[in-house]
Amino acid sequence: MSSVRLPRGLARLPAHGRPARHGIRSQSSQAVASPTKPLSSVLIANRGEIALRVARTASAYGIRTTTLYTDPDARSQHALSSPFAVNLGDPTAYLDGEKIIQVARLRGCVGIHPGYGFLSENADFARKCTEAGLTFIGPPWTAIEAMGSKSRSKEIMTAAGVPCIPGYHGSNQDPAFLEREAKKIGYPVLLKAVKGGGGKGMRIAHSVDEFAAQLASAKTEARNSFGDDTMLVERYITTPRHIEVQVFADKHGNCVALGERDCSIQRRHQKILEESPAPHLPDEVRKDLWEKAKAAALAVGYEGAGTVEFIFDNDTGEFFFMEMNTRLQVEHPVTEMVTGEDLVRWQLLVAEGQKLPLTQEEIEKQISERGWAIEARIYAENPDMNFIPDSGTLLHLRTPPTSGTVRIDAGFVAGDEVSSHYDPMIAKLIVRAPSRSAALQKLRAALEAYEVAGPVTNIEFLKKLCTSPAFVAGDVETGYISKHATELFTREPVPPEAFAQAALGLLIVESRGKGAAANAFGPAGSQMGFGAPTGFRSRAISLAEVAPDGGAASGAASGSHAGSTITGSAAAEAAEVRVTQTGPNKFDITVGNGEASYAGVVAEWDAARRRLTSYFPHARIETTLVRDGDGDGVTAFQHGRQFRLRVAAPRWAKEALGAAELKNSVLAPMPCKVLRVDVREGDAVRKDQPLVVIESMKMETVIRSPHDGVIKKVVHRAGDICKAGTALVEFEEEASSP
Amino acid sequence: MASQISSSLFRPALRVLARSPQPCRSCRRKLRSAVPSARSIATHTPSFHAAQLSVLRSTVDTASTEFRENAQAMSDALARLEELHSRIALGGPDKARKKHVERGKMLVRDRITSLIDPGTSFLELSQLAGHEVYPGEDVPAGGIVTGIGTVEGVTCMIVANDSTVKGGTYYPITVKKHLRAQAIAQENRLPCIYMVDSGGANLPHQADVFPDRDHFGRIFYNQAQMSSLSIPQISIVMGPCTAGGAYVPAMSDESIIVRDQGHIFLAGPPLVKAATGEVVSAEELGGGRLHSEVSGVTDHLAVDDGHSITLARRCVANLNWETGQGVAVAGGAAGQSGSVGWKEPLYDPEELGGIVGTNLRKQVEVREVIARVVDGSAFAEFKKDYGTTLVTGFAHIYSQSIGIVANNGILFSESALKGAHFIQLCAKRRIPLVFLQNISGFMVGREAEAGGIAKNGAKLVNAVACANVPKFTVVWGASAGAGNYGMCGRAYSPRLLFAWPNARTSVMGPEQLSAVMEAVGRAADPALRDRIESESRAEFGSARLWDDGVIPPAHTRRVLGMGLGMARGLVGGEERWGVWRM
Repeated sequence: MSSVRLPRGLARLPAHGRPARHGIRSQSSQAVASPTKPLSSVLIANRGEIALRVARTASAYGIRTTTLYTDPDARSQHALSSPFAVNLGDPTAYLDGEKIIQVARLRGCVGIHPGYGFLSENADFARKCTEAGLTFIGPPWTAIEAMGSKSRSKEIMTAAGVPCIPGYHGSNQDPAFLEREAKKIGYPVLLKAVKGGGGKGMRIAHSVDEFAAQLASAKTEARNSFGDDTMLVERYITTPRHIEVQVFADKHGNCVALGERDCSIQRRHQKILEESPAPHLPDEVRKDLWEKAKAAALAVGYEGAGTVEFIFDNDTGEFFFMEMNTRLQVEHPVTEMVTGEDLVRWQLLVAEGQKLPLTQEEIEKQISERGWAIEARIYAENPDMNFIPDSGTLLHLRTPPTSGTVRIDAGFVAGDEVSSHYDPMIAKLIVRAPSRSAALQKLRAALEAYEVAGPVTNIEFLKKLCTSPAFVAGDVETGYISKHATELFTREPVPPEAFAQAALGLLIVESRGKGAAANAFGPAGSQMGFGAPTGFRSRAISLAEVAPDGGAASGAASGSHAGSTITGSAAAEAAEVRVTQTGPNKFDITVGNGEASYAGVVAEWDAARRRLTSYFPHARIETTLVRDGDGDGVTAFQHGRQFRLRVAAPRWAKEALGAAELKNSVLAPMPCKVLRVDVREGDAVRKDQPLVVIESMKMETVIRSPHDGVIKKVVHRAGDICKAGTALVEFEEEASSP
Repeated sequence: MASQISSSLFRPALRVLARSPQPCRSCRRKLRSAVPSARSIATHTPSFHAAQLSVLRSTVDTASTEFRENAQAMSDALARLEELHSRIALGGPDKARKKHVERGKMLVRDRITSLIDPGTSFLELSQLAGHEVYPGEDVPAGGIVTGIGTVEGVTCMIVANDSTVKGGTYYPITVKKHLRAQAIAQENRLPCIYMVDSGGANLPHQADVFPDRDHFGRIFYNQAQMSSLSIPQISIVMGPCTAGGAYVPAMSDESIIVRDQGHIFLAGPPLVKAATGEVVSAEELGGGRLHSEVSGVTDHLAVDDGHSITLARRCVANLNWETGQGVAVAGGAAGQSGSVGWKEPLYDPEELGGIVGTNLRKQVEVREVIARVVDGSAFAEFKKDYGTTLVTGFAHIYSQSIGIVANNGILFSESALKGAHFIQLCAKRRIPLVFLQNISGFMVGREAEAGGIAKNGAKLVNAVACANVPKFTVVWGASAGAGNYGMCGRAYSPRLLFAWPNARTSVMGPEQLSAVMEAVGRAADPALRDRIESESRAEFGSARLWDDGVIPPAHTRRVLGMGLGMARGLVGGEERWGVWRM
């Protein structure tokens, strides 16, 4: 296979020969006319790990980087990474294109790298950069614009011979006509209300026999829900996979595909595991995908890094164009791992007007030598609560050792705050190995060494995913998580040693406090005198696993996208641990009602590493223990597992702390803004009925009623900003679920 | 008995040095060329030489029959006492304990456990108090638990009633134990925490509890005195606190009361009804709410025991009390990591049982005991070759300097003079004294009297009485006659006094006593002999608070370490002595 090197004019022509309507030619011919323009100084118009990622390559090539930050980001790692850091102020200012262009000009930057998200796919911004004489490190704004419109991109793709999902989107709503369209499309088909959303007004017809009934039912529902029963018909793909191709084009008409990525493992319609190559993909299909992707890029006069996303039908082996992402993607390291290339470097070269560094043959040779790569996105989110985002201070952060085959792209260090203003992704962990199974094994090991305490993370969930048998077998599909929910969300029992270690650690950490001074001259916790074991020093500590919902809110929150709330299938575990100190570092420990007991445990606490090393009678156990400040939480990392535990509140706490009776309240699960309140005071509500819609971390979440009841008070109104744990809605007293 | 132990590590070294000009033939030439002149007199005195001089060498043969017999005898005694103490540590009868817990109250020892800092030791005092003292009445621990513990880094005296024992009422021994705890607190400037749960004076014993100088009233006198000396007084009212008892929280600097559980009143509801006809509930009359919201007798209202203890810990944290953090750093490598700045003894303290046994007739080499008590078994002996029946010298326990005065036989004039001399040294140098007491008495007889044993013994007593440094006494054998006085017996106000299970305290041994009685013309009474025998036992004395407790020999080092820590920084005042009869 050769890289596509077409004569300039030809490359810019849409495949069907019709002149392009969207002004690609004028833009690109200008770029060709101008000589290469060295990027001596770049403004990175982004934040977090991608800003650091871009800065890393830029700095390596002697390019001065200027970073931007907002008020909540002033001390974030990307802002600190460069001595040239400019404050934009307002948390939303990363979207303020005018201001950013102004900063770039004032600071003498030659180019702007938009990263991903924010302004990266904003054609207007790209155009303004160009107009301001700045090099926008990305595709021409015309390409962004062309791909930004769903309908237009489909037209272009169809014209370029790239398969799109068959369907009818027209206005003819005659049932017989629609049925004929369905037949053309091929069953099963999806009937969807044009104005629809949230699954309402949506039906699947598996054959012509049920088409009429399903159509009628969908129309009725649509009319009732949205007052509009206009339907579209599309091919329904039963087991879809998300496969995308990384393409790169330069200003000289060259375009290459840098392999594909399978991103089928998704939650909330967002990717969490991405790998390359895609498993079980026949080579001819793979090469066809690459060809189609290149054709798609060329059809819009593409330059720089882009990703062409396809939906792949696992049952038929067909694939269809979905969209093109006109930016560097979150998961680009997967491609970097399998190709051995630095894609940011490529972006800079292309932006400078240089030619692509490698031909298609060279790339394929490199891919064939480098094996498999997989990326896991580590998020501050709660998988047990339908992946609701979390935020807060990273109390503890320990990462696996990195190497040529284990890479971490992160925007945070321990002590940083995962802000509720932005995306809750903490890091990306990428591994590479000769085969898929070796890569998965490596990923699991790396995840086990990845310790994050503070916000809830998806690390435990990722560990389960990468050992899930069907996933290991390569049977991926976008519905994987809900299909295997029972397996993936089963809570594993907490071994008694974990409770023992947590209790021991709590005591030891406390005994290193003020009491240590008095012990410096003394026999630190030794037995003294007769009868001591019966009398003193046996301390009972009640520990419980933190419940899936964090154990704080009684309100059930569920994502607005998902059909059902996924929760832990087993109750959180609890145990009382009795610790009796028998010597300076020696303890007898009993867990639960004699469930396990260990005599003469010798424990050593390494305060700097937060590491408790205990010599139990049967084994040496090392545990990392992180206290939640003055809170009652303690996070333990032991044998590659994380245990989120909590010291049970004493009996007196409720009264003495004057905690309001929260049983009848629904609390905000995270810092958020109230978007909408769906109930009024006095309303009778059913269990799981939506009460309030909140927004946090750029994501809408519906807060549903935890039980049937009557609303006593709506505490917060639309537009209110709430802290986590704030009551949103209060119920009448008698409201309690049976 | 001659010293079997020699601190002569240095001697072989000297021999080697003496021989050094003639090393083995093959290497002689080499050595000569390397060292210009091999000298037998060095002009450098390395510190390790002094260290080597001080290390005690044990000659105990742990495989010997004698050792094993001794160990067995002591082990039996320890087992008996362990069983006794464990039983006492349970508190009152099962029924009373069960009822107590059902009311949501914590048992007294659980209260103390949650009051003190984790990772610290609690030195309980006089657990045997009241043991077999009141015929037909079982009063475990005298119905009150006292001891020294660390709260928020502050070494405190904790005095806690056990209401499962006779409703926590004060028997005479209870009063004595309470006052003893206060005396220790005052002498060592320890903040006091009173966990009050008591029905007040035990009425049948009121005559021995109420009126005398060292009876109930003295408790409040002491509180006032200590408060005037800026020694904090904190009380937690966790149960009844009636009549005179009401003054414990009222006399405290800061007090906490548990709601629906703690009651403070001068007269309870029955007495009020009898006196005025007023019918009132205990909670209305003197409950937590009343005293925290209306009367102001208490400062903090707690929901339950756990809450009150948390509040008490917070009170202690706000005492602005010196926690000795600065001192601790000076103690050496004793850092955050838990490493220690001292060396444990070279020999296992568990061997003490096999060394001393329980038969007091056998003379035991005291240096074997010292070698199992002090840091690194290092003992810088003073006047080693003079008055050898008294062993004196300097050592450390958990890096804290001490001067040791230990019996190694009967006291002679020379021994007494040596002891007086050494005590003066320690007082001048502000070094706390540790008396290791195993004394059957001063030497008697014409020669001894002619040698002035009385006036020389008096010099020792004078020195012991007036030495203005913390003194600690451990009775590890006999404690008889004037030897008890010269070796800092209870009457000489050691900060703490502990006895080993084998200890015997009496004016003279039962045999001698019987012999004397016979000599003065009274027929030997076998019952008397047995009574003396029984009264001299450690349990008997400890039950009456002649000491602060009976301890396992192996714990001696820890207990002394805790005591020294408690008295730390309080070595002071002008030293003064009585007239020395020359």
